[in-house]
Amino acid sequence: MYKKRPDGRKFDEIREIEAKVGIIRRADGSAMFRIGKTIALAAVYGPRELYPKFLQDPSRGILRCNYNMMSFSGSGERVRPGGSRRSKEISMITENSLNPVLDLSEYPGAVVDVFVEILQSDAGTRCAGICAAALALADAGFPMKDLVSAVSVGRIEDKLVVDLDKEEEDYEVEGEVADIPVAMMPKTGKITLLQMDGICSKEQLLKVLEIAKEACNKIYDVQKKALMEKYQI
Amino acid sequence: MGELLIKDKDIVIPGQELATGMDFLPATGTYRDSDKIIATQLGSVSINGRLIKIIPLNGRYIPKRGDTVIGKIKDMNFSNWFVDIGYANDAVLSSKEISVDYIERGTDISQYYDLGDLIVAKIYNVSKQKLIDLTMRGPGLRKLSEGRIIKVSSVKVPRVIGKEGSMISMVKELTNCKIMVGQNGLIWINGENGTNELVAVEAIEMIAEKTQTSNLTEKVKEFLEKRMQGMKENVQEKA
Amino acid sequence: MNILQKHIHALLEKDQRLDGRKFDELRKDISIECGISPKSAEGSARVKFGNTEVVAGVKFEVITPYPDQPDKGTIMAGVELLPLSSPDFESGPPSIKAVELARAVVDRGLRESGAIDFKGLCIKKEEKAWAVIIDVYSMNDEGNLADAIGLCALAALKDAKLPKYDEKNDKILYEERTTKGLSLKELPIPITVVKIKDKILVDPTLDEESTADSRLTVTTLEDGRVCALQKGGKEPLTNEDVDKMIEISIKKGKELRKILEKSVKEK
Repeated sequence: MYKKRPDGRKFDEIREIEAKVGIIRRADGSAMFRIGKTIALAAVYGPRELYPKFLQDPSRGILRCNYNMMSFSGSGERVRPGGSRRSKEISMITENSLNPVLDLSEYPGAVVDVFVEILQSDAGTRCAGICAAALALADAGFPMKDLVSAVSVGRIEDKLVVDLDKEEEDYEVEGEVADIPVAMMPKTGKITLLQMDGICSKEQLLKVLEIAKEACNKIYDVQKKALMEKYQI
Repeated sequence: MGELLIKDKDIVIPGQELATGMDFLPATGTYRDSDKIIATQLGSVSINGRLIKIIPLNGRYIPKRGDTVIGKIKDMNFSNWFVDIGYANDAVLSSKEISVDYIERGTDISQYYDLGDLIVAKIYNVSKQKLIDLTMRGPGLRKLSEGRIIKVSSVKVPRVIGKEGSMISMVKELTNCKIMVGQNGLIWINGENGTNELVAVEAIEMIAEKTQTSNLTEKVKEFLEKRMQGMKENVQEKA
Repeated sequence: MNILQKHIHALLEKDQRLDGRKFDELRKDISIECGISPKSAEGSARVKFGNTEVVAGVKFEVITPYPDQPDKGTIMAGVELLPLSSPDFESGPPSIKAVELARAVVDRGLRESGAIDFKGLCIKKEEKAWAVIIDVYSMNDEGNLADAIGLCALAALKDAKLPKYDEKNDKILYEERTTKGLSLKELPIPITVVKIKDKILVDPTLDEESTADSRLTVTTLEDGRVCALQKGGKEPLTNEDVDKMIEISIKKGKELRKILEKSVKEK
């Protein structure tokens, strides 16, 4: 029976979070988001010219996200540089999780580039990347309906736990771990990212969404503080 | 019926609720969602009667008709120049818009403006597709000569210029520098020497950073006077 | 010549640089922080060169030594100029600029200076040895990435500690770190000097880089010997130029070495 978490956290306790904006001066907007030992950096450039031209949308700007892990950020072996199918997938879901809050109709034909780099990983990297990206977009002054906050919820045996770390992700029991990254707009609780690795019942999943919302609210408070801190006199 | 959830000049983030009820009206940077008014941008609140708007604290330049901007010639064809004004699309300057004289077809237009030149131009049209047309016909519009260029966020430009140009005039006077501020956030500075220019740069960066401070004009004046005095003393010491 | 170049030239005639520094002055606010990714990287560091910022990390792998060097380990250096750090960098494989930085600034200096004890990286002669892999990433480009990258690579290597190696099962136990570091025998520091017209300037800003007629990155050791050189730019250099540039690099290299030694405490 899964009774205790390796780092002693309660089942509904997320790791320590830290956020900062405006950390990359040349970018139009930027942010660092850390949850536990996972550190994500995000920078926004745009609206700017989009090449190749056939990608341009004449009615609105498009969002283009690029997620990358630094070669020394993995928890064991070196990460081969140059991206992978996994990083391509995460780039796409990052875009999908942010598009619902953005209105890029003021920038027809242009692109808004968001770059996410993982400096150190201890599970939850895609969610950390999304939190950092949302902050960077807000820092850049883009109109957004809401921020986006994201967290991974897990099922380990019969327990639902929030914010899995790497040790929990690797829990060596077949079929007994499910990893569910969730991103949402904190004000309304509307979901912009939902994925699952593993097996869950419908009831468990509905509970997962509740747990995710509570965690995202806590994350949102830190994100909000980071944005306001930059401009306090 | 209605309730304000924030005060004038508060800093708010996207998605933050500003007011409830139907009493208040959403202006730029806000929208209404059933009975709530919600912010869409990171910025400071400005309440004017029943109107609530957000003054953004950051943001790329959005070209507007009538803006005077500083741009760089990036490309040209037989009769047009393509100018980078810091927006996603290049702006277009037609050879018909550069002087009152008639320029014959087939003239090599690079004799007027060449690649890499910096110009002060005015936006006379922005189409729905954000195609931007520039003109050089008008007072003060010209090719820029030697000088340095710094960049501030375009949302800070009004503060840098000040009411009726008072802030930037003060910087010009006290540092003895020629300064031209483009609405797109590009600023050209040419002083009698590099150290004067650096003081002007510092002053402008200070204004851009501390837009929220009260008595900013006083503080900037103090800073300028102190630095310029310090420089005079340095020069006298050396002599 | 555009107006920025004209202006830089005019100021140089008055012995002034755009940012007010002297010709042989490094920018202020140079700082080094080690252990920025301690859980995943065996060694890591962040360098701030004024507003230019880079990060680096060291990973160890176990390889079969080259047949002509059966008792030595190896080093591999990579540099990526991330699109995150400048509007001018694109996504994709390392650009030629990044490759130049990896080979000429990081790799050459470390290899030629004898900084790394390659024999000390041998695990079992002819069969197993450690490979040191250093990767440096740009985080914000405001000029002179070369020197920031060179310094950061060194700091990360100084910070590095070997992981435990389970010889029997040929497995690296990354979560268990030993106290054995690389014990760098030398600290090769690259310093970049540019020539604009006839003036020689150290530690160029972005504007000075784009206006430079030529540049020379000189990597020097504590005793003043030069262990790597890389010239760039369209214009040629005279012997006098090279003489001056090396002199400055030795002097400034010593300054940076002091900062490096202060910042990296041997654990």
